[in-house]
Amino acid sequence: MPNMMSGARMLLECLVREGVDCFFGYPGGVTLPLYDAVYEHPIRHVLVRHEQNACFAAEGYARATGRVGVCCATSGPGATNLVTGLVNALMDSVPVVAITGQVASKLIGSDAFQEADTFGITRSCTKHNFLVKNLPDLPQVIHEAFYIASTGRPGPVLVDIPKDVFQGQAHYAPVSAIHLPGYKVFTEGHTGQIRRAAQMIAEAQRPFVYAGGGIIAANASAELRELVELIDAPAVCTLMGLGALPGNHPNFISMPGMHGSYAANMGMTHCDLLIALGVRFDDRVTGRLAAFAPHAKVIHVDIDPAEIGKNRNPDLPIVGDARRVLAKLNRMLREMDSAARNTQSEARQHWWRQVRAWQSQHPLAPVSSDSEIKPQHVMAEIDRISGGQAIVTSDVGQHQMWAAQLIRFHEPRLWLSSGGLGSMGFGLPSAIGAQFARPDKLVFAVVGDGGFQMSIPELATVGSNGLPVKIIVVNNGYLGMVRQWQELFYNNRLSAVTLDCFPDAAKLAAAYGFTGRTIERPEELAPALKEAVDEPGPYLLNIRVSPFENVYPMVPAGAAVNEMVLAPPQPVPVPK
Amino acid sequence: MLQVISLLVENKPGALMRITGVLSARGYNIESLTVARTLDPGLSRMTIVVDVDPNLRQQVVKQMNKLVNVLQASDLTDSPAVCREMVLLRVRATLESRTAILKEAEIFGARVVDSSPEGFALEATGHSEKLEEFIDVMRSYGDIDVTRSGSVAVSLEPRKLRLQPPVPTKAEAAKVG
Repeated sequence: MPNMMSGARMLLECLVREGVDCFFGYPGGVTLPLYDAVYEHPIRHVLVRHEQNACFAAEGYARATGRVGVCCATSGPGATNLVTGLVNALMDSVPVVAITGQVASKLIGSDAFQEADTFGITRSCTKHNFLVKNLPDLPQVIHEAFYIASTGRPGPVLVDIPKDVFQGQAHYAPVSAIHLPGYKVFTEGHTGQIRRAAQMIAEAQRPFVYAGGGIIAANASAELRELVELIDAPAVCTLMGLGALPGNHPNFISMPGMHGSYAANMGMTHCDLLIALGVRFDDRVTGRLAAFAPHAKVIHVDIDPAEIGKNRNPDLPIVGDARRVLAKLNRMLREMDSAARNTQSEARQHWWRQVRAWQSQHPLAPVSSDSEIKPQHVMAEIDRISGGQAIVTSDVGQHQMWAAQLIRFHEPRLWLSSGGLGSMGFGLPSAIGAQFARPDKLVFAVVGDGGFQMSIPELATVGSNGLPVKIIVVNNGYLGMVRQWQELFYNNRLSAVTLDCFPDAAKLAAAYGFTGRTIERPEELAPALKEAVDEPGPYLLNIRVSPFENVYPMVPAGAAVNEMVLAPPQPVPVPK
Repeated sequence: MLQVISLLVENKPGALMRITGVLSARGYNIESLTVARTLDPGLSRMTIVVDVDPNLRQQVVKQMNKLVNVLQASDLTDSPAVCREMVLLRVRATLESRTAILKEAEIFGARVVDSSPEGFALEATGHSEKLEEFIDVMRSYGDIDVTRSGSVAVSLEPRKLRLQPPVPTKAEAAKVG
């Protein structure tokens, strides 16, 4: 029979047809047939050291390229270990396809060895999931999975495949069409609504652009930049949207929200038109929702209709792909002459003067000291050395916020951070995925000492593949963000936040076969970073930073974003 | 206030779990749920009655519409629709009460579906409130066993069904383009 092949081979064929060049995984009992097919297949498999990191690496790959990231795990514990990664991808709308092995079909439901109800467990962790019971369905399902993961609002899709489906032999015919009648993707925004948006923008006196991860997912950075320049409005990018507008663009007013800049949050509060693009009015951005952008009419562009009115009811909703909507909007705005666009009016000029004044009153200035390394100083040095071109991944916590505040990104897909779920341990594995996707790029994994220790096994993946990832541990000996909250809101009772046993970085890196070093003097910082970047292979730089530095500005939970705390309360609390 | 949601769904494993998951993830308890095949055997019609916080009603229906297996989810609570429920009820009937029970059943439009010396099995359909009255009346005759179907609803206005047409796979699209 022509084209007879095993399910495992068929899966790899489908991956090839989807343009997959590498995937991240960890083998096990029921995926043995798959790994046997991988043995002689050109697709590269990257062996990670924990399944959670396979998913994070796939996310790093996807975030850095826009292509679907692929990860693979065995049944039972392999699949359950993927769960955090899947939810992380779901919260941040990252296209990921996860392949899991399942026990043989006839054993499903019998509490077989390494059996878990992966289909049930991951239902709420994915955009969609599949259990393939019959081999002939496999190619169709794989292509549907890629289609669902990468279109509309992207997200993770899991395909659970029993061992006998991998092993079975069947005739393979390439799939030509995907039929998902219930899958609704709204790409073209309503032209009438877009026309109204252009009108609202022209009439606004204090317009403000609030751009998010949706701009990056839609590859709409050029369109965003054109819009911002056409209407000459100040613009903020959320944590997920950093790089959507170049970090050195004159209209870019840094990040808004809980640890956003003073100017960004004041701009949101005082604008009369908020142009919200690919954002979801997350609580970390809005603060107390009732007091968010109280004077503003809101235009909300999003590809997901369920985001419209979820947190803030917009005055003008536009459901569609950000790139197409902005292209149409820009065309309409271009057709107006500049007088009609109103960019030179006295009100607009006054608005800009106000925004500039907020920026200079409380800039996000890097702090430094002669006696100790300030974490902000680390970020300023990374910003200098990367010149807005390096990929920077992060973990979650204080270092993440300092990095987001102070490292500028001149392009999209350079800043890879766990936003919605806030998963510690994301930084290193996502840097691995990003480096595989972009071997040409300088990749920094900027991690805290907490998150780094959650992902330490991946030093082996870095070492064995000789990945030139620069791991920068911003080490304050604390779970800093939790400690910051304990200081401020729990009477400085520091409970379970001390990380007082950290390995010797030089020895640790050497144990994995690469270079590492610890520094603690400010004058060592720039040379050490240069040394790390100049090193052709991996580098682990452990930076002892001042232990009690906290992230400011800060919007306390439940406060409005204009009620920022700009500096530490005096005197600085000293823990016992 | 109770919300009535009508869904047209693909008849696939896991579809029910995804839909109820939208509600259970938000801590809502389902009042009733019915599901059965439509004229197209590949599709099922589902009616869910659920007590959802009023300002989350739209969000819940939108989230259901996002599910790949859901062709259409509509909130019928405030739109023209007919909503009916069926009850099957077994009532013990002594010799002297049998005639009275039958008379009461007739008033409620209930039908006798089984009769034995011990009593009757009755079937009634109607509005849920009407059925509750019927159940109360029957209870006055002694021990009863009741099984309710849950509400089924049909919209009285035509609803446009937007279905996604087939799309070429990536490799196929590359070949053509």
